Parts: sequence; structure tokens; C-alpha cells
Amino acid sequence: MATDLLGVETRRRRTALWLVALTTGLVVTALVAVGTGAIGIDPVTVARIILHQGLGIGDVTWTPPEQAIVWQVRLPRVVLGLLVGAGLAVCGVALQAMVRNVLADPYLLGINSGASSGAAAALLFGAGAGFGQYALSTSAFLGALAASLLVFAIARTGGRITSMRLLLAGVAVGYALYATTSFLIFASNSAEGSRSVMFWLLGSLGLAQWDALLAVAAVVILGTIAYLTILGRRLDVLAVGDETAHTLGVSPDRFRMRLLILVSLCVGVLVSAAGSIGFVGLVVPHLARRIVGAPHVRVVPISALLGAILLVWADVIARVLLAPQEIPIGIITSLLGAPFLLILIRRLHSS
Amino acid sequence: MIEAEGVSWRYGANPVIDGVGVTARPGRLLGLIGPNGSGKTTLLRLLYGALRSPTGQVTIDGDPLPSLAPRESARRMAVVVQETTGDTALTVAEMVLLGRGPHLSTFQRAGAKDHEVAARCLTRVGAAHLAARSFAGLSGGERQRVLIARALAQEATHLLLDEPTNHLDIRYQHEILRLVHGLGTCSIVVLHDLNLAARYCDDLILLGDGGVVAAGTVSEVLEPKILEPVYGIGIHRIELDGHLHLLFHPNDEG
Repeated sequence: MATDLLGVETRRRRTALWLVALTTGLVVTALVAVGTGAIGIDPVTVARIILHQGLGIGDVTWTPPEQAIVWQVRLPRVVLGLLVGAGLAVCGVALQAMVRNVLADPYLLGINSGASSGAAAALLFGAGAGFGQYALSTSAFLGALAASLLVFAIARTGGRITSMRLLLAGVAVGYALYATTSFLIFASNSAEGSRSVMFWLLGSLGLAQWDALLAVAAVVILGTIAYLTILGRRLDVLAVGDETAHTLGVSPDRFRMRLLILVSLCVGVLVSAAGSIGFVGLVVPHLARRIVGAPHVRVVPISALLGAILLVWADVIARVLLAPQEIPIGIITSLLGAPFLLILIRRLHSS
Repeated sequence: MIEAEGVSWRYGANPVIDGVGVTARPGRLLGLIGPNGSGKTTLLRLLYGALRSPTGQVTIDGDPLPSLAPRESARRMAVVVQETTGDTALTVAEMVLLGRGPHLSTFQRAGAKDHEVAARCLTRVGAAHLAARSFAGLSGGERQRVLIARALAQEATHLLLDEPTNHLDIRYQHEILRLVHGLGTCSIVVLHDLNLAARYCDDLILLGDGGVVAAGTVSEVLEPKILEPVYGIGIHRIELDGHLHLLFHPNDEG
């Protein structure tokens, strides 16, 4: 059978090409991003420093400060950017399939609001101080966890979670926790504290370093990407409808519950590590679908790559635009994402 | 063979289905008929396990439905449901290939054999030319045929259909039902149109008021004196070219 009966092989080849192209783009992006900053370092040197430091290959032709800038300062930041971008994108994909709404994004479930409340409590009132350098992220993660448990409890009736209840519960919990965060800022009466909360709320990769948090983020995010890709067919079926899922051998309630747990965990980790960065999880899945079509086995990995590349570039802009001052990355992603979303909506309605 | 005994369902305090029994035999097409609100779709949902009856039980080839894993149940029984699909961007081919899912393990991708099955099923419903189109862009009738192709692609020995002729023009109403009738599977179809039921079903169950009003062969059930009180309309039955036909006249016309 050499013939491609359904055009499926053509699409697979196209996806493979995109995977190669985007992976290349990812590497180039990372090298250029690491080299960009107050002290510019060319990408080739960046690559050699990384190879030398990581694998012990090559001779040293650079200065110790350059090595420190690349390895200690910028690389962890770029790695965190890649992870967060990929994580936001695939969580967006999963949520859009779960609630069958193309406007769903990872923050729909109110998890980021919970994390923000936790972060505000840490920054303003010293909550979680016992966790030392991880006080902020631990506190944010606990907030995220509390928010997702709350959404869970509200959305669940008779052992089931329906799309509509999930949406409503997420929005309601999100608003309540947003109010909590605002109240904390107001009650603390600390201008400097408020500023750092604000900075954190708008997202930043500035906390990145080679530490346990980065390792946890890597494990959780890569695990989520793998899980969603492997179960791509089930996501396809769930996205069509509950009744259809049931008749095609996928229990919609059980699968949605598992997805919800995984996505909550992943978004909790993301927000703890980098604050709430908007629009990536909303826009990237649409881009990916436009490139490779709807089946999730393709959309998930393509979204991960696109999200990673996009977020790192947004971070480069955030660092360079008003240098030496740094802009919260969420401002950049929202400024880029909003017009993009408008274009998408116009296209949706005209087709 | 699908057997149900004593199954019930209620929405709130209203029993829609109350202690109903169904037997669908291999190689025969069983029609579920009845007026609006008589519980045809609810009964069908009980039969494929989307609803779990608190009483009685449903078995497929002797195995109780709840004892089957979802995938196993999907390999034995394909269902065409009435569901408004969200704004899916799947192509028709991808939609039909979803029907192969129950036959693939988690790590397995659809292969050449699955593609052949999907292409063959699309051809059978006269939709092969739609393969590369977007499912969301199809007309109601085209969608219905694609969904039937997906059910066929499941290669199950039982086929359940909820009003498969909805949205279809008269030619495809007949073509689809003739196709289902000719499959030789154990099939159950919910139908509104009594003349289509007369033409293509082997057996019928007439529902009304939460229970079975009549069950038997087409000729036994489609009796004006049985149908008239249930539907509240005058009915003439004639036989033409060896087929049953029903003619309707509202009661006030005498």
C-alpha cells in the first residue's frame, strides 16, 4: 500500500518538517537569547561555553566573566523561559480540549490568582519564610494548590466535572482570589512590597537560577508534554464531546479529572516559578493548529516548541527594551498577544 | 446480541423509562419508535451505558455492560449519537480515524490497515470525496454520513444509532438505512419516521408513557389500532409492492 488514502501521510511528513524546523529555531533562539544583554556575547561563543561547561568539550577562548554571565546568569533564565513557554502552551492546549472552548487559557481555572495571593502573602507578610530561598515559590505554589482544590470542590458534583461547571468555578475562584491579593496589597501599606508584588504578578523570569525549583519545573513540564502527546488521541476524542468520547472507549469524566490534576500541578509550578504570564497559553495552541491541524498528537509538541521560542523572545524584549531596566514579561506577551488574538477571532468568524 | 431487562431512568421525579426490556438479535435491525418524549433516546443511552440504570441490567453477548472496560465496550458496540460537536478543526479523515482508537493501544498510531478501513467506510457512506475537508465545514447531512462512517470504522458487531436520518435528504435517508440493514450486525436504531421503520427494520419496539406499548416484528407493531392511541393521529396501513406503508390523517378530518 503505497498510496496515501486519506492524506494522512502528507500531514505527518509536514509535521515532521515543522518539528525539525522549530527545534532548530529553539536552539538558535536559546543561543542568541543567552548572548543578548548589557554585555553581548556572540552565539557561537555561547554554544562553546555551554558545551565546555556542560560536557567538558573544547578549549577556553573566553574570559571568566563571560563564562559566569552565560552559565550562572543568563542560561538558567533562558532555560526557565523555554520551560515556562512550553508548559503554558501545552496546558492551554489541554484546557481548550477539556472545556471545548478555543478561548480557554491556563489561567481560566483561577490557579494563577491563587498563586498570586500566596506570593503576595510571602512578599508582604513574610509567609513561608521557613522555606528560605524558596519562600516565594513555595508560598505561591501552596496558593495555587488551594485554588485548584477549591475549583475542584466547587466544580465536582456526583463524581463528575462538566466543562461548564469547571469554567464557572474557575472564574468565580479567580475573582475571589484576585480580590484577596488586592486586599493584601492594600492592607500591607508597603510601597516597595506592593511594587514587587506587582512585578511578580506581571510575570518575570528574573528569579531563575540553577536550583531545585528549576529542576522541579523541568520534570513537571516535560512530563506534562509527554503525557499529553502520548494521550493525544484521547484528547481528540474528548474535544469532540463527552457522549462521543464515551462511545469511543474513553471515559470522559475520569480522563477530564486526570487532566485537571495534571494541568493544575503544571500551572501551579509555572506560576510559582515565573508569575502569571498571559496570552501564551491562549494564542500558541491556535498557531499550532493552524500549522499542523487539529490532532493533539501533533498539536502538543508543536505548541510546546512554539511556546518556548515565543516566551524566550518576549523575555529578550523585556530585558532589552528599557535596558538597564527590566520590564515584566507579561506586559510584552499581552501586548504581542492581544492583537494576535483579535486577528484570530476575525478569521474564526469570517470562515 | 444486546439484552436489557427491567431498566429505568428518571429525570428529577419524572420516570422516562420504567422497567423496560429490550432484546436485539444478531443480524437483525431493531427500531425504537414512539412519540416525542417517549424516552427513545434515553433508552438507547441506557443500552450503550452513557446512563447507568439503577434497576435491571444490560448485557452484550451475555456480558453485563458495566463489567466491560470502556475500550472493550467500544470494540463491541459502535454508536452514532446526536451531539453538537464543538468547533473542532479535525478533517473528515481524522474524524473517521478516531473510530479506530478502540483497536489501538495507547502507544500505537493508526497504520496502513486503519487508513484502509477508514477510507472504505467513507466510501460506503458516499463521503470519500470529503476526506480532506474540515469536518466543521460540512453540511448537516454530510456530517451525519461521516459520523456513520466513523461508527463503521469501529468494526463492532453491534451498531446503535440515534436518529441517523436527521438532516439527510430523502435519498440518503434510504441509503443509510439500507446500508445499516445490510451490515448484518446486531443493530438498534431510533427512528421518528414510521415508514422508514416499516421499510428497513426487522423488529420494532414502540415506546409510550415510560414503557413498552408493543414489541415484535414490523408487521405486528405497525398496526393502526396500536399506533393511533399512542400518536393521537389517524393511520391507514396499506401494502404495496410487498412493503408496508402508513398514511396519516389528523383525527379531526374524520
